[in-house]
Amino acid sequence: MNTTLQPKKNKTGSYIAIVCLVVLYAILFVLDNFVTGSSMLMLMTVLRKGAIYSLLCVSMNLLNGFTGLFSLGQAGFMLIGAYAYSIFSIPRDQHDTVYQYFGGGAIKFSIAEEIGKLLGENAGNWLGAIVAIIIAGIVAAIFAALIGIPVLRLKSDYLAIATLGFAEIIRAVFQWNGLGVITNGSNLLRKYPTFADMKIGSLSFATVFPFLIVTVCIGIIVLLINSSYGRAFKAIRDDEVAAEAMGISLFRHKMLSFIISSFFAGVGGALLAMFQTTVAATAFTTAMTYEILLMVVIGGIGSVSGSCIAAFLYIACNEWWLRFLDKGGIGSVSIPFFRDGFRKVVFSVVIMVIVLFFSKGIMGDKELSFTGLVNKLKKRKAARIEAAQAQEEVDAK
Amino acid sequence: MSESILSVQDLKVNYGGIEAVKGISFDVPAGEIVTLIGANGAGKSSTLRTIAGLVKPKTGKISFNGADITGADPSSIVQKGVILVPEGRRIFPDLTVQENLRIGAYLRKDDLTDDLNWVYDLFPRLKERSWQAGGTLSGGEQQMLAVGRALMSRPKIIMMDEPSLGLAPLIVKGIFDIIREINKQGVTVLLIEQNANMALKTADWAYVMETGRITMSGTGKELLENDDVKAAYLGSGK
Repeated sequence: MNTTLQPKKNKTGSYIAIVCLVVLYAILFVLDNFVTGSSMLMLMTVLRKGAIYSLLCVSMNLLNGFTGLFSLGQAGFMLIGAYAYSIFSIPRDQHDTVYQYFGGGAIKFSIAEEIGKLLGENAGNWLGAIVAIIIAGIVAAIFAALIGIPVLRLKSDYLAIATLGFAEIIRAVFQWNGLGVITNGSNLLRKYPTFADMKIGSLSFATVFPFLIVTVCIGIIVLLINSSYGRAFKAIRDDEVAAEAMGISLFRHKMLSFIISSFFAGVGGALLAMFQTTVAATAFTTAMTYEILLMVVIGGIGSVSGSCIAAFLYIACNEWWLRFLDKGGIGSVSIPFFRDGFRKVVFSVVIMVIVLFFSKGIMGDKELSFTGLVNKLKKRKAARIEAAQAQEEVDAK
Repeated sequence: MSESILSVQDLKVNYGGIEAVKGISFDVPAGEIVTLIGANGAGKSSTLRTIAGLVKPKTGKISFNGADITGADPSSIVQKGVILVPEGRRIFPDLTVQENLRIGAYLRKDDLTDDLNWVYDLFPRLKERSWQAGGTLSGGEQQMLAVGRALMSRPKIIMMDEPSLGLAPLIVKGIFDIIREINKQGVTVLLIEQNANMALKTADWAYVMETGRITMSGTGKELLENDDVKAAYLGSGK
């Protein structure tokens, strides 16, 4: 009886997924260490930034796509994460340079160095970065818990406006000179460990590291979405009244989703800080939130794999594939419209086309799954065999 | 009448100044089918929503199995064994049939296999469609799903808000058969209906509600033969 209730899980699919991941990491590792050249630089940028934005998109999708809470506070939580990471990671001897206008700052330690003292420099480097990233997530989550209490009682547009306002307030507060001993006012935070510092011996893990963190985080989010909590989130998205009537506490679950989403936005912010090598609050504008929202919409609201695909495509187009439009022409042929900024125009048109003709995004609310792929191939093979058998029977007659 | 499982005393419900329920009292005996009939705006739905905890009452007392549940959290009320099948079905359209059913048992942490099988036995149609999205079901199937989802919480009393709304007569008959079947298996049923004929035929005990008050009560049969009820709700008056 039991077997009829669950669809047969196909293990081949999971094996293929694992193999693909291993191959991906191997390629990244090779790219990190043995391939050099200026053309590779762009690829590495796209890969790293794409991975980070994948996480940011998935975390936004958890809230907007799976719980149905239209929040626009992403940039605010990213900012908090980026600052929390860099503040706790700037090496002790760099404090005077970085916080030159604020007497060397108020925080007199770096997590990486403290761990390094206990476990050795290499372990300190890696563990320090990971611990600082987790702290960045936790700080963002704490802020989310605080503002969630008043804000999550609002619905749809009102929630969007309130969270948008929160992000703007955070951006202003972090630039305030009064907090300068911690946030360095409107000056840059810099000199903290970046992806380039993620090494073992002479081997670099500059791209492997962000992929590793992002894979783990997205994995956790996917597990959450597939758990009974995830089902409750989707129920709230579909129908709040019915969900409440089934005994799902709306406020508790909305809060949970908001806090978890913000945690991963904070982690994404920390990774972005590592990627950029400097952090300034001015960069975390609402435009950043819209950019992520756009990727979520392009990928498909309610699809994790869609978000990841869209993030990589968007970053690749924006940073790389459409660059030639800004260069004045193709090769030696000069084309009048091709000048600085034209890339953005073309890009906007592309996005409008996508939104108009693929209104559900690349993936809709479906997921890319290896299990599904394997099943489809098997079905096709079975159909082919059947057809061949039928043909044989006809021939025999 | 056997002992009452749910008892409502002097319940008043307000929506921003408008009094929807103006002090009603009634009892639901354990193991029976009780129906509240009445026209639109009589306060039937408000009464059910208040019992389920979705709306807080102004005054009055609701007790279930002897415990006071007035104004309690919807989740704690569900946990006690009171479940509402909301008006208009309100299934989760993007979740599969099985996910919908599992949401019904959200507060339970034990094994659900037996209950899933029970629901699938009651509604074989749902079993066929268990991997289909709820929104793709027909109206009748959605109503089955809504009832099945409510049953997954293993309720002691199931409250149904207009289960026949917008369904073809044949399907309505099927739904009422299921209501009787559920009741036979020991679940008390509190039913709200505009389809008074069907409801009174099914119910052991019935109350008539008019503009926030209970104006009449009796066994289903008595009310079916009552001239006032006939005139007002059954369309075959004096």
